[in-house]
Amino acid sequence: MTADAGPDPDLDLDLYRTVALVRGFERRAVELVRAGVVPGGIHPCTGQEAVAAGVCAALRPDDLLTSTHRGHGHVLAKGADPARMMAELAGREPGLNRGRGGSMHAADFSLGVLGANAMVGAAVPIAAGAAWALRRAGSDRVAVAFFGDGAVNQGVVLEAFNLAALWRAPVVLVCENNGFATSMRTADAVAGSVLGRARAFGIPARAVDGTDPRAVRAAAAEAVARARAGGGPTLLECAVYRFDAHHTWEHTARPGYRSAAEEAAGRARDPLEVQGARLAPGVRSAVDAELDALLDAAVEFARGAPHPDPAAALEHLYATEVG
Amino acid sequence: MPKLSYLKALNRALGDEMARDPSVCVLGEDVRVAVSNVTAGLVKRFGPERVLDAPISEQAFTSFATGAALVGLRPLVEFQIPSLLFLAFEQIANQAHKVSLMSGGRARVPVTYLLPGSGSREAWAGQHSDHPYGLFAHVGVKTVVPATPSDAYGLLLSALRDDDPVVVFAPAGALGVREDVDPAALGPVPLGRGRVHRAGTDVTVVAVGHLVHEALAVAEELAGRVSVEVFDPRTLHPLDRAGLAASLRRTGRLVVLDDSNRSCGFAAEVLATAAEGPRLRAAPRRVTRPDGAVLPFAPALDRACQPGRAGLLAAIGEVTGVIEEGGGT
Repeated sequence: MTADAGPDPDLDLDLYRTVALVRGFERRAVELVRAGVVPGGIHPCTGQEAVAAGVCAALRPDDLLTSTHRGHGHVLAKGADPARMMAELAGREPGLNRGRGGSMHAADFSLGVLGANAMVGAAVPIAAGAAWALRRAGSDRVAVAFFGDGAVNQGVVLEAFNLAALWRAPVVLVCENNGFATSMRTADAVAGSVLGRARAFGIPARAVDGTDPRAVRAAAAEAVARARAGGGPTLLECAVYRFDAHHTWEHTARPGYRSAAEEAAGRARDPLEVQGARLAPGVRSAVDAELDALLDAAVEFARGAPHPDPAAALEHLYATEVG
Repeated sequence: MPKLSYLKALNRALGDEMARDPSVCVLGEDVRVAVSNVTAGLVKRFGPERVLDAPISEQAFTSFATGAALVGLRPLVEFQIPSLLFLAFEQIANQAHKVSLMSGGRARVPVTYLLPGSGSREAWAGQHSDHPYGLFAHVGVKTVVPATPSDAYGLLLSALRDDDPVVVFAPAGALGVREDVDPAALGPVPLGRGRVHRAGTDVTVVAVGHLVHEALAVAEELAGRVSVEVFDPRTLHPLDRAGLAASLRRTGRLVVLDDSNRSCGFAAEVLATAAEGPRLRAAPRRVTRPDGAVLPFAPALDRACQPGRAGLLAAIGEVTGVIEEGGGT
């Protein structure tokens, strides 16, 4: 398989729709943070949507993934209902997780999303363990672990690389390298390289343009096929630029770890435009209109959704009640 | 009746459950050769796929079990050394334990973590002698400390069948305990329910794990002078508060014998629970490890930090007004 298998209008439309869905969702979520409807703020994934779109386009519905604190894109790309997702961010009862998870943990387990994790790198062994268990059961399902460049300095992630390679877990390790662990530049944080870490465990690893949904999808399809066939893990390092803040907290605190000129340069290559340019203008505007209606309705749903009952605050603390 | 040892009870419970439920598997270090003896014979019975040796990567294999549980397995993770729980605390307390609530009840993590040899083994020194059950009870992870072989069997069975993470501490001091058991009578022991090992009217001694046997020995020694009730909570979280309250209603006095550090330890919770209930006839006492103890290597120093019979005798003397000669601190 080549990195770019050539024009495929259906796929291009699908990829654009997902990128635009996530972009539009994040814009509205930020507005709801400002309006006080979404408490606690969010970690917007604006600029990184092509990774979620491309990887999830290479998955089957029964495949699994784990996500991160910057995870809205992954969960939406796997098929989550934007209205219930937005309601989750707003902490409402009809949210994906009944308002018990919030932005950092919004996940639809029924779609194979095994949680969005707020501890950097913590989900990598969970995805790998799920993948290992599936393979052990004779299934050809695969799991994807999304994580950021900050996670590659967590010991447990490197332990998980070792176990995944050793036990040929059908897991695709997707590193979204956005250049910053909060404010710390990757170059200041990573000795060696992201690819080198995977290769040290015998895991094939390749760099991918994380702003191009097609390129991501092609690379992910190869990695997924390899995992499905029993070949074990693959790492994809997807280079992206985070357009927005690490967290919406920065919108007021303005910690200033990157210059306006740098931000402008980073935003110059926009996955929405990269993929949008592959559609006929009329097609693109029709998708945009459909998504605007869908997402406006999601916002309306979240705003109007009932709050959970404080008397049920610890409902679901246990799956099996005791005593 | 045949004798059943505590270790054999764990081994039998695990084997029985693996035979009953193909989703139960074991993950841990040196489990195939059964260094702890808990997994003895299981590779032969169930094959190496269900008894998996993991490299020394406790954090990763603990979360591997979480991932596996999310797709239908019911793993048992064995930790050879109790202090490994400090290393894997994030993976248990912050990951596996929180999935149910954070998912709004849409996912569950049925993993059992087994510590065959928790607490002091004498001269295993500072980093191999902890008994951190209180930490797990504090954060809300289901926490079990069986004292007897039949309870070890039954509680491990219930832990494996529970849909939540459960930590099972098998105290090193209890591993050698043997009990006359009718094998046909072995079965699951419900989590969250304590056990009165010996009924009494003057004082309730709440004892945890191996210390139940110390408490029973002291109760026997005092028989005729002080009527001691020995209450074993068995599950430290969720605690059988009703069972504890019933015992305190009978005796009106309380001593807790607990192998954790004193400050914020399990005994502190039992005392606080009692203090919130009907007034006791005497101020309660706890016999524990010292505040913030790190167990020293030399056996005499190790023993000096462990709660035991002398301290229990003295505490019972204090709360009942019966002075025991030679009672320690």
